Amino acid sequence: MTEIFGGYLPLILKGMVITVEVALLSLVFSLILGILAASARLYGGPISKTIAGVYTTVIRGIPDLVLMMLIFFGGQVLVNKVGDKFGWGYIDIDPFIAGVLTIGFIFGAYMGETFRGAIMAVSKGEIEAGHAYGMTSFQVFTHITFPGMVRHAIPGFFNNWLVLVKTTALVSVIGLEDMVFSAKIAGDTLRQPFTFYMLVGFLFLLITAVSDLAMRYFERRYRFGQS
Amino acid sequence: MDFSIIFENLPLLFKGLNLTIQLLIISLILGFVMAIPLAVAAASKTTWLRLPSKIFIYIFRGTPLLIQIFIIYYGLSQFEWLRESFLWVFFKEAYWCAILAFSLNTAAYTAEIFRGAIVQTPKGEMEAAVACGMSRFDQYRHVILPSALRRAIPMYGNEVIFMLHATVLAGVITLVDLFGAAKIINSRHYAPFESFISAGVFYLALTFTIVFAFKLIESHFLKHLKR
Repeated sequence: MTEIFGGYLPLILKGMVITVEVALLSLVFSLILGILAASARLYGGPISKTIAGVYTTVIRGIPDLVLMMLIFFGGQVLVNKVGDKFGWGYIDIDPFIAGVLTIGFIFGAYMGETFRGAIMAVSKGEIEAGHAYGMTSFQVFTHITFPGMVRHAIPGFFNNWLVLVKTTALVSVIGLEDMVFSAKIAGDTLRQPFTFYMLVGFLFLLITAVSDLAMRYFERRYRFGQS
Repeated sequence: MDFSIIFENLPLLFKGLNLTIQLLIISLILGFVMAIPLAVAAASKTTWLRLPSKIFIYIFRGTPLLIQIFIIYYGLSQFEWLRESFLWVFFKEAYWCAILAFSLNTAAYTAEIFRGAIVQTPKGEMEAAVACGMSRFDQYRHVILPSALRRAIPMYGNEVIFMLHATVLAGVITLVDLFGAAKIINSRHYAPFESFISAGVFYLALTFTIVFAFKLIESHFLKHLKR
């Protein structure tokens, strides 16, 4: 088994674990930012509304790789400056952290828009009915708005997730040893770049296919109450 | 921050901007031309027409563009017969590899958008075309495609912006596009904020231009749908 792909299969699979880790951690970060951005745009005062609006517009207007470079190299400059002042010496910015932060930051903007649309899609009548039954605002949110929002947000959420998974490939550019980076090492050593990049492409398709199955499951699970 | 570095390097940035726009326009045109037959095939009821097109779309939408560009630019050199053939003139150039990868990628995404629009063509329009005695080709030429492509314009606008952001990958395979120029400025002066923020501003300006252009295009082509 280890002889397949010239003994480099374990390295590629190790890279795949890192790819999945980056993707899941940035997903969590983007969900938090997305909920914050959506609530700021829907319920916030004028200042938080403006901040959230600028955030979603600017992030969606700039390529992901430019932002990643800005955070990775720019963050390094900042850390150096701060480190100099306090005499901590040289601290390296970890490409893993830079990658997760950037991807989470970018997809927070997309998630925010998805959630905003989903919350607005919950029908007013249902919310009013909740209030009419004497529910508190919190109860209305947990029992009516939130489940309704989840249902409307599922397609957009999974769409964002699929784009996010593909975006993780960019962390190889800032030197993180993900699946793409491992494929480069293996392909260059064995002089078979085609074989290894094809393998990684196939593994990405595998992640996509599994996500598709998960989406079908959640769509079925949250379809209650709909004909 | 010292933005005089940027003023010194403005010619380089503008050269990069030029290449970015060039790559974007050429890939969009090639991708559009490929997308129409692909979309018609993917919407077809004939299995042997639909299946190959659907597989093409699935593979190119399911894997990162970075992998696609690496397979074409680095991967294909693995094959000696290709290196010795006349095609190598084409495949050894990062420029042509980038254009090939970008066009195939946007062809797949655009085809999926157009397929969705074709499938949703109102039944009445198709029945009217049949009632007029149109051949299958005439139905597509005069009724289905003009109607579907119009309805696809807003989605296609998003794809154009995604494509603009995707062109940064040209900078990863040694080309000097806007992102490549920013990378050069950063490594020359070690000025990540100045270089990547200016590149970001350029991209933001391009994004807004595209958004504005599509507003004009929509108001021209979708007049009949306005209420």
